Amino acid sequence: MFAAVLVASGVMVISSRNPVHSVLFLILAFFNAAGLFLLLGAEFLAMSLVIVYVGAVAVLFLFVVMMLDINTAELKDGILQYLPTGAVIGILLLVELVALFGSWGFAPDVEAIIQSQTPPIAQATNTEALGMLIYTKYVFLFQASGLILLVAMVGSILLTLRRREGVRHQKIADQVARTTETVKLHKVQTGRGI
Amino acid sequence: MEPWQLEYAPILIFFAIAGGVAVAALGASWLAGRQKPDSEKGAPYECGFDPFGDTRSKFDVRFYLVSILFIIFDLEVAFLFPWAVTLGKIGLFGFWSMIVFLAVLTVGFIYEWRKGALEWE
Amino acid sequence: MITADLATVLPELLLALAGLGLLMFGVFHKGDATRVVSVLAILAFAAALLVMAKGDTQSITAFNGLFQVDRFTVFSKGLILLAAAFTTAMSVDFLEKEKIGRFEYPVLIVFSTLGMLTMVSAGDFLTLYMGLELQSLPLYVLAAYNRDNQRATEAGLKYFVLGALASGLLLYGISLVYGFAGTTQFSSLTLVLGATEGAAPSMGVIVGMVFILAGLAFKISAVPFHMWTPDVYEGAPTSVTAFFAVTPKIAAFTLLIRVLEGPFGQLGHQWQQVIVVIALLSMFVGSFGALGQNNIKRLLAYSSIGHVGFALVGLAAGTEMGIQGVLVYLAIYLFMNIGAFAIVMLMRRKGVAVEGVDDLAGLSKTHPALAYVMAGVMFSMAGIPPLAGFWGKFYVFMAAVQAGLWTLSIVGLLTSVVSAFYYLRVIKVMFMDEPKGEFDRHIGKPAKLVLVLSTAVIILFSIFPGPLLSSAKVAAQVLFPG
Repeated sequence: MFAAVLVASGVMVISSRNPVHSVLFLILAFFNAAGLFLLLGAEFLAMSLVIVYVGAVAVLFLFVVMMLDINTAELKDGILQYLPTGAVIGILLLVELVALFGSWGFAPDVEAIIQSQTPPIAQATNTEALGMLIYTKYVFLFQASGLILLVAMVGSILLTLRRREGVRHQKIADQVARTTETVKLHKVQTGRGI
Repeated sequence: MEPWQLEYAPILIFFAIAGGVAVAALGASWLAGRQKPDSEKGAPYECGFDPFGDTRSKFDVRFYLVSILFIIFDLEVAFLFPWAVTLGKIGLFGFWSMIVFLAVLTVGFIYEWRKGALEWE
Repeated sequence: MITADLATVLPELLLALAGLGLLMFGVFHKGDATRVVSVLAILAFAAALLVMAKGDTQSITAFNGLFQVDRFTVFSKGLILLAAAFTTAMSVDFLEKEKIGRFEYPVLIVFSTLGMLTMVSAGDFLTLYMGLELQSLPLYVLAAYNRDNQRATEAGLKYFVLGALASGLLLYGISLVYGFAGTTQFSSLTLVLGATEGAAPSMGVIVGMVFILAGLAFKISAVPFHMWTPDVYEGAPTSVTAFFAVTPKIAAFTLLIRVLEGPFGQLGHQWQQVIVVIALLSMFVGSFGALGQNNIKRLLAYSSIGHVGFALVGLAAGTEMGIQGVLVYLAIYLFMNIGAFAIVMLMRRKGVAVEGVDDLAGLSKTHPALAYVMAGVMFSMAGIPPLAGFWGKFYVFMAAVQAGLWTLSIVGLLTSVVSAFYYLRVIKVMFMDEPKGEFDRHIGKPAKLVLVLSTAVIILFSIFPGPLLSSAKVAAQVLFPG
């Protein structure tokens, strides 16, 4: 059921007229993918999919869609033009996949190799199994991903941040630092000005 | 059906009820209410006068910056979950590897702060 | 154990710390820190190079086989670090003249170089992917670095979208291979694939391998994954293009060799066909595409596609000699391109950068020195003996002939004749045409240094090819034990 809804909403993402609706369908697709992960027993992946993709990426997409201010009619013209090429590539990939699964073979000792990687699910939950590996065995990759996130941060700031001229900032420190010498207090009586 | 899958049954039931309520609410009003839309009724309401323009206006690129920074820290937090669960088992080494990771991102955070990316002018 | 691992990744560690430190330095520095940070970044590259040269050159792995160091990685890391240092040095003046200097530029180059070193040393598909992403993310940003320029933004976006697609293909391939073998580690993959020798290899692993090939072919801009190259090269600021043209290509190429000769060594027959086709197409597109180009950056883009095709000929041979030829070719390619781009960066008239081939007209009269260097570089690229470029081609074609790939070498020779035509056209424009007006006289010290060095290397190699050949041979031997 999840797979069916996933595919359907995927189709809706690209075919819906309103880009905002596309994003909403994308969120539905993410949810269903998370459901699929759950059924596979990958609960951590499922939850991070919901948190990261639904919670953050989809919001980003919404912002982008709104920022672009796309004219919905113009979008339609493009699709017909590229549809044949896209369809051919998609069908090719599909055929390849079907052929693959038809003749799928594992390496002879695949079971033994997989076993040595993670503890079985009965002993540790999915999240625990991940935690055991990420921070010790794969520590190098973990730090590399930290650097990738850092680069993403620097890059997004570099590309989008602009200083505006003539913006007055509230300087809280200055406000707090004022003393009675620089501030004059008046007692204003009703009906009279200063 | 394996036993761990059954643990999700409440969530499934929850979704079913939520979906049912949503469908019921919308369906009932669609059935019970009178539907006579015309162009005046369908137009966006703007304090009594004719709408100025399209509802879809351009957003500032700063929204995008904020949300992308949010994603990055969101991912950082996602890394914290498995760490927290297994902290007892991965020992001191695991602890310090996370500290180094956080230090790297803190460098990024300081950069952001100094650059003024966190200020909304 | 962890200290030994850290000692193995010392050059990478150094660069990572340098990147973080420079980022902090730049952001706390008052005023424009671009120049200082660039100099420090070059020093960091030099330090990493030094550490690597002093380090143990035995084959070792670290972090449970995620990371491996041997003579092969040391060779290509050396090239990468050299290229990164040169391009950073060249770009300082250029960025200042274009008024787009920001201290993040060298920092991003440092991180990108770090990613390249990581992917070159990958001993596991996961490391490969992480390194690749760490390498390409700064590149996407750098392509769009001149953000007020529409061309540059377009270049960045194009590169990003296609790069993401390539990463997707790569990941898909990796997952298929993992699904077959249950491991992503190169060494165990070699064992698993070796165990099935004799029997027909599974479809899954072959398709996976082809997907991985496609992803990497995008990174080295081999046909048919080359579409982004001319547009991105043209749109990005020239200093960024210089970096693009050299460093990531060397890294991705080494990675390609490593993956094909390492884990997929058993599937030689399968990937050889693919590489042959890609090499043929790249050589064709590279030489015929460049014919009609008037923008020098586009011309160099097509020329780099062609060069990738020639280098792939050596890989297609799949022998130790072929790999040696590829490594030599990459080294020469580095210096030729650095020289060419250093000159392109100097092409400015009254403070405005010009990029047309016809803008070079009469360069021999206005700037004889530049014209001779450019002519040398162009002759070398065209592969005219006895210049370095000829020897690069000579070794890969020799390897191909020895491996019995006659068609490939003949097509290679023919296309290299075609490509000689447009290199010679540049020379003709410089020496025969009437000057269109002088370029700005000022040539910064770093640019001079880079030009002198790259010319010197090209000439030196033409006379004494020994040192480079032998080090490339040692590096190639690692991949062919016994």
